[in-house]
Amino acid sequence: MIVGSQKPIEEIWDMVKDSKKVLVFGCNTCIAVCHAGGDKEAETIAMMLRMRASQEGKNIEVKHFSVMRHCEPEYFVPVMEEVKKYDLVLSTACGVGVNFLSERIGDVPVYPGVNTSFYGGVPASGVFTELCGGCGDCVLHLTGGICPIVRCSKSLMNGPCGGTKDGKCEVSDEIDCAWYLIVERMKKLGTLDKLAEIQPPRNWSSSAHGGPRRIVVEHLQELEQKEDNKG
Amino acid sequence: MKSGSNLEKVILSGQPAVTAELGPPMGADPHEVIKKAQLLRGFCDAANITDCQTAVVRMSSISAAVLALSEGLEPVTQMTCRDRNRIAMQADLLGAAALGLKNCLCLAGDHQKFSAAGKLKGHPGAKNVYDVDTVQLVGILKKMRDEGLQEGGDKLEAAPKFFIGASWTPMGDPIDFRPINLLKKVNAGADFIQTQGIYDIELFRSQMEKIHKMGLHERTAILGGIIVPKSAMMLKYMDSSVAGVSVPKKLIERMNKAKEAAGDDKKKAREFQEAEGIKLTVELIHQVLETPGVKGVHIQAIEWESAIEGIVKAAGLYPRPSV
Ligand code: SF4
Ligand code: SF4
Repeated sequence: MIVGSQKPIEEIWDMVKDSKKVLVFGCNTCIAVCHAGGDKEAETIAMMLRMRASQEGKNIEVKHFSVMRHCEPEYFVPVMEEVKKYDLVLSTACGVGVNFLSERIGDVPVYPGVNTSFYGGVPASGVFTELCGGCGDCVLHLTGGICPIVRCSKSLMNGPCGGTKDGKCEVSDEIDCAWYLIVERMKKLGTLDKLAEIQPPRNWSSSAHGGPRRIVVEHLQELEQKEDNKG
Repeated sequence: MKSGSNLEKVILSGQPAVTAELGPPMGADPHEVIKKAQLLRGFCDAANITDCQTAVVRMSSISAAVLALSEGLEPVTQMTCRDRNRIAMQADLLGAAALGLKNCLCLAGDHQKFSAAGKLKGHPGAKNVYDVDTVQLVGILKKMRDEGLQEGGDKLEAAPKFFIGASWTPMGDPIDFRPINLLKKVNAGADFIQTQGIYDIELFRSQMEKIHKMGLHERTAILGGIIVPKSAMMLKYMDSSVAGVSVPKKLIERMNKAKEAAGDDKKKAREFQEAEGIKLTVELIHQVLETPGVKGVHIQAIEWESAIEGIVKAAGLYPRPSV
């Protein structure tokens, strides 16, 4: 899932303080799971902004509500007319949601209430860790299912650097060294000798370095057209 | 001959090779490099010119290497994967070759967060590159030299003839992978290897036995790394905090004894420890050179270049061969 955290309220206040009618617009999928921007968090932010406004003697109307996803029109189109009544939307969706909405909402500004950080998992309640960088050319079959692209601080493809110590990365002893994990895992799988193969320089054009990416699933497009024709 | 560098010739001659290290200054004064080059010249076969080591901005390796070369010291240019993508690396290395540089050591480089272990501000918020890793960079240099091709496949009008090196941490975690690590660097085309500092000679020898069995010592020239200790404190720090370095207790005790012999006299304590450090270094050099499969030593006297002359002489490695 996509993981993020709420922006400091001070930064949010700076974004909204000159507006008259503000909607804190929550998103109830990934970003709600990490307690950064679901309905509950949107409600709390709205409350804090109202308090702040009254402290500063500013007359700002702040409301909140949320939808299941900001990244698909079918979820927000039904509430679009309502959303457009505000003069600023503070979206607590991930960056995808903010982008997606911005291009579909006419001249209402959509600002981010969340710092979107990574694709991660939930190893323990309240803990989120980065596990994939969306590089567009997955190599997990070569590395025992552990990602060298984002879990190694240097994205090394051919084994650990000299900085590994006691299984930790040289960047911080709170970060597990991905290559330590890869080696241990491949030993367990009995595939350590596979690591002797040299991985050549990567083609990064499938990642963000190749410019914005787009995937078209043609059979889905066709299916949709057929449905449309029926109707 | 692949590069015709002095280092390559000494290694080919079968005599133990000696490399040292020169850290460029945090400034634009060429005399800093010239002074250090004069201290090292004649006492090593080549000296590594570090590339923004510990992730701190310093005069670039290639430019400091050219200054060293003009002082008669053969440089080993360093190239880290942290700061350049494959386009910048290849462009800089073509320039380096055109300027007369003949050795190049490929490194991953300390992460930008390192900032001299927190002693300096550094640039922890910098964006890193890591377009290619060390093994891939070694392969790129070999392809440029032997096939006259860029990584992308375009032809080079003139190939850069580098003697290609890589670093190796024989005693780093995970220790059973380290021989495979070396195998990959050698398969990629590393002509020489400089190891992380060795204090635990027993452990180093057990790793070298594996290298021997794999026959890697015949396919590359392994230079054992020696970091000259200055004080008991430095040895303790390296043992606890430097990855891939373990220091046996008895060495730390020896340094402690030297320190204690000076009583409360701080100046003496420093002198005694430095003298013991040099003695210890000379012993380590001999032990490393006696290890089967080792072709030389890489001596790092960090910010203490003036110590190299005495060490090399005391180790019986002077004069350096003229080949
Ligand atoms: S290799 Fe790429 S796609 Fe696979 S987990 Fe890592 S970043 Fe994600
Ligand atoms: S210590 Fe491990 S995770 Fe960190 S940069 Fe080195 S290989 Fe990658």
